[in-house]
Amino acid sequence: MSTTETPASGVGPVEGAPVYTVDHPAPLIEAPRKRTKKTPKSTRGNFELAAWLFMRLSGIVLVVLVLGHLLIQLVLDGGVSKVGFAFVAGRWASPFWQVWDLVMLWLAMLHGANGLRTVINDYAERPTSRLWLKALLYTATVFTILLGTLVIFTFDPNIR
Amino acid sequence: MATPVLDKADAAGRPEPGFADSPYITVTFRVRRFNPEVSAEATWEDFQLEIDPKERVLDGLHKIKWDIDGSLTFRRSCAHGICGSDAMRINGKNRLACKTLIKDINPEKPITVEPIKGLTVLKDLVVDMEPFFQAYRDVMPFLVVKETNEPTRERFQSPEDRERFDDTTKCILCAACTSSCPVFWNDGQYFGPAAIVNAHRFIFDSRDEAGEQRLEILNDRDGVWRCRTTFNCTDACPRGIEVTKAIQEVKRALITRRY
Repeated sequence: MSTTETPASGVGPVEGAPVYTVDHPAPLIEAPRKRTKKTPKSTRGNFELAAWLFMRLSGIVLVVLVLGHLLIQLVLDGGVSKVGFAFVAGRWASPFWQVWDLVMLWLAMLHGANGLRTVINDYAERPTSRLWLKALLYTATVFTILLGTLVIFTFDPNIR
Repeated sequence: MATPVLDKADAAGRPEPGFADSPYITVTFRVRRFNPEVSAEATWEDFQLEIDPKERVLDGLHKIKWDIDGSLTFRRSCAHGICGSDAMRINGKNRLACKTLIKDINPEKPITVEPIKGLTVLKDLVVDMEPFFQAYRDVMPFLVVKETNEPTRERFQSPEDRERFDDTTKCILCAACTSSCPVFWNDGQYFGPAAIVNAHRFIFDSRDEAGEQRLEILNDRDGVWRCRTTFNCTDACPRGIEVTKAIQEVKRALITRRY
């Protein structure tokens, strides 16, 4: 009994030697989860589950946050023309609006970045283009989130 | 005694093509041909057939193979919608050639027949099904029980428990769903609807004890979370399985198990 490589199928090449011999009467059935060269590497952890759930939950919260934001900024109290430095300074004087904008920034950026990540996974065909697109995406996301957070926390209404 | 009956049937049936009472119509089959020994490129080839519109696309392919061009290559085994061998892309939609009537797919225009997408074409309409079956094997599509002794009696199940996974038992592994999935087309790493359907069949089987393990397998990066609910699989399934619903049920099971 030699431990040669198990043939992929029970059918031998058309004019070659038969796969089954007296010594080897039936194909060896591999363990179902045996990893072969063809099977992709499995990824442990619940990251994809968490990401999927995050998309749904953050989406629901964002509907309220973003629509509320748009309503305040663009519709109520004379619409967009009222928005200026003084208006922003006035709003960020209250911790409520600071938290509102901070949560909206983080959720929207992570929600959008995760969405783009899945788009890149689905549409980028070569591993290298995937890698670079994702690197660009993550850099832009981290930069925007950090900059926005910094501005919200260190905003000085008495600048100038 | 049988002979006169046969004569009668012979005389009555089969009017010549072209006559007014002929059921035959002229149909163009536009088949995607690929032969790696001749050319690296696949090409379209047209075949004109006289065929009864109540016949199936598979009958048309048989006519081509048997009467016109014997080199046309395609898979079919039972030819009655059970074996799942002859899934192909007919007029841009994944179907079984043996379940698609000519009259139902607009025979006035050429009928396009292509191999299913996302799998390597070996010749004409034959594709390499190995990645598809690898994903199927990976979800352990068989009953797993903890007891090691041979069972001494039947494993009973209530009709309600059986009903829970009834829909997903209908799968014939034709790959029409998996090869209609745009996520699978991209890199072929996604498990695909068919594998998830067959995992669903055991995850929700009250007799099976490896549901946890199967859920863990499908929690993979290329598991159920890559599903974008485009419903292509549900549209493509020749058995009418609600594939996307089954995938969503697996997702829900994963989430409720955790939280």
